[in-house]
Amino acid sequence: MSADVLAVAEHRQGELRDVSREVVTAGTELAGETGGDLHVAVVGGDVETFADALTLEGVDTVHTVAYGEEFNHDVYTQAVTQLADALEPAYLVMPNSVNGLDYAPAVATRLEIPLVTDAVGLATEGDTLVGTREMYGGKVETTTEVDAEQAAVTIRGAEWEPTEAAGDATVEAFEADIDEDAIGSTVTGFEEVAGGDVDISEADLLVSIGRGIEEEENLDLIRELVEALDATLSSSRPIVDAGWLPANRQVGQSGKVVTPDVYIAIGISGAVQHVAGMKGSETIVAINTDPNAPIMDIADYAIHDDLFDVVPALIEQFS
Amino acid sequence: MKVLVPVKEVATVEDEFEIDGTTIDERYLGADLNEWDDYAIEEAVQLEEDGIVDEVVTVTIGDEETEQTIRQALAKGADRAIRVWDDTLEDVDLLDVGAKVAILEAIVEAEDPDLVLTGVQSGDDSFGATGVALAEAVGYQWGAVVNQLDLGAGDETASVHRELEGGIEELTEIDLPAVLTIQTGINEPRYASLRGIRMAQRKDLDHQTLADLGVEADAVAGDLRLTAMYEPESESDTTVFEGGADETAAALADLLREKGVAQ
Repeated sequence: MSADVLAVAEHRQGELRDVSREVVTAGTELAGETGGDLHVAVVGGDVETFADALTLEGVDTVHTVAYGEEFNHDVYTQAVTQLADALEPAYLVMPNSVNGLDYAPAVATRLEIPLVTDAVGLATEGDTLVGTREMYGGKVETTTEVDAEQAAVTIRGAEWEPTEAAGDATVEAFEADIDEDAIGSTVTGFEEVAGGDVDISEADLLVSIGRGIEEEENLDLIRELVEALDATLSSSRPIVDAGWLPANRQVGQSGKVVTPDVYIAIGISGAVQHVAGMKGSETIVAINTDPNAPIMDIADYAIHDDLFDVVPALIEQFS
Repeated sequence: MKVLVPVKEVATVEDEFEIDGTTIDERYLGADLNEWDDYAIEEAVQLEEDGIVDEVVTVTIGDEETEQTIRQALAKGADRAIRVWDDTLEDVDLLDVGAKVAILEAIVEAEDPDLVLTGVQSGDDSFGATGVALAEAVGYQWGAVVNQLDLGAGDETASVHRELEGGIEELTEIDLPAVLTIQTGINEPRYASLRGIRMAQRKDLDHQTLADLGVEADAVAGDLRLTAMYEPESESDTTVFEGGADETAAALADLLREKGVAQ
């Protein structure tokens, strides 16, 4: 086993995703602690162009695997496993993205090494990897020690600053031996979720609702507030899952990213997937009975009270 | 066609709680069927109602107290349930992905399902990895974060949509047998009817130990150790509006006018 670190980049429809530069940052930090080299892998698509973009500060070698165009988990699993077998890195760093979760667990299983997912912090203590994770929907943070020489981790998006500074990495083509008979899934296309008539990403004032509104009929109260404020209505995922609002109103990782002047989060606890879509808002106001809800960690202003008391009083202020 | 649905009972935490070492003091904990697994059960039961699936079996790793949650799954339409537990598991501090897979692998080998449907993640430890790791361990195909599943009788391939970030869905054809991890919103999970609850009491709930499954204690020891638990520090200086609803609403109204977003 070497002291090296192997980080895996991610791309979609011809673009490197932000998390690729974030895994480089996390990988650079870990390699700094182990004293090893940082290797970065990019699999599929225009690997030459991606390799240029990944020649970043802290990266020693970029390994390109020219196979296929878009993400395919069978190809990624084979390519990353073979590269890890060749390099024997101490740690493998992958994104905790939807695609990361579609191959990282398979890689760890195939390599027979432990996996720590959705890390928000990473450090080493001697030969031990220590990951910081959240549990119970972000209500607590935990530290987890990994008792193994080699481990795989997936990192949460936007927790590490993306590395932007160029470096002088060596680019090497890695000849992965992809077994085509083992490819049991085929990506046939992409679709955007329903657009609709309102673009919540354009709004200056968003009134956004979550589970706290409890019943669909309580939407009437919120619509009254939206009208009084001349605002735009958006929501967290459970409201869309319940069919109370269309998908184009959903703020979050799997919905829209919004950056309004003011974001009023009503009855939203602040799951990480939701926060990913709204933390760029200029001012965040949270109305929630639970003072420990994760949304409070990013709120600029908060009201710790029942929305069914506060919202009617707020409507009163504007009528 | 047989579907296996690994179902977890998750710990829920009250708004106010205290931490005791590396756990939350049990006075503040409740238990519930994992939200994502609820959607997986619904998907399996709908496939059975459509005549595509003949049997829906659930498996849960948990002590006797989890039987209440398992009965919920049975009341929603699963045909029978398996619960895995013994003294060895009682002593495991953190059941990590590898440990869960070691157990579920034995169940898949015994049951030989055509399809395994389970939640994308669990609401408590949120590893989000068990389904895909299981697929790899048993040599099945897989798909993570599935929010649409199309399957006909006799199909050898599942057509799925995977929910990517930013409102994009990936359309994928996956060979069976496969493990699919199910995202919320794929369907509308039913409430257990009174009739379903009554029927669930009569359905088979089979208790298995590690020895029954031929799983060695070493396999579930795990490589991860939880060493600390604490409440996260707030990243921002939050201004809290104090007082009754009229006062806090007035303060918020002033803020909105000041920011120029409302009159």
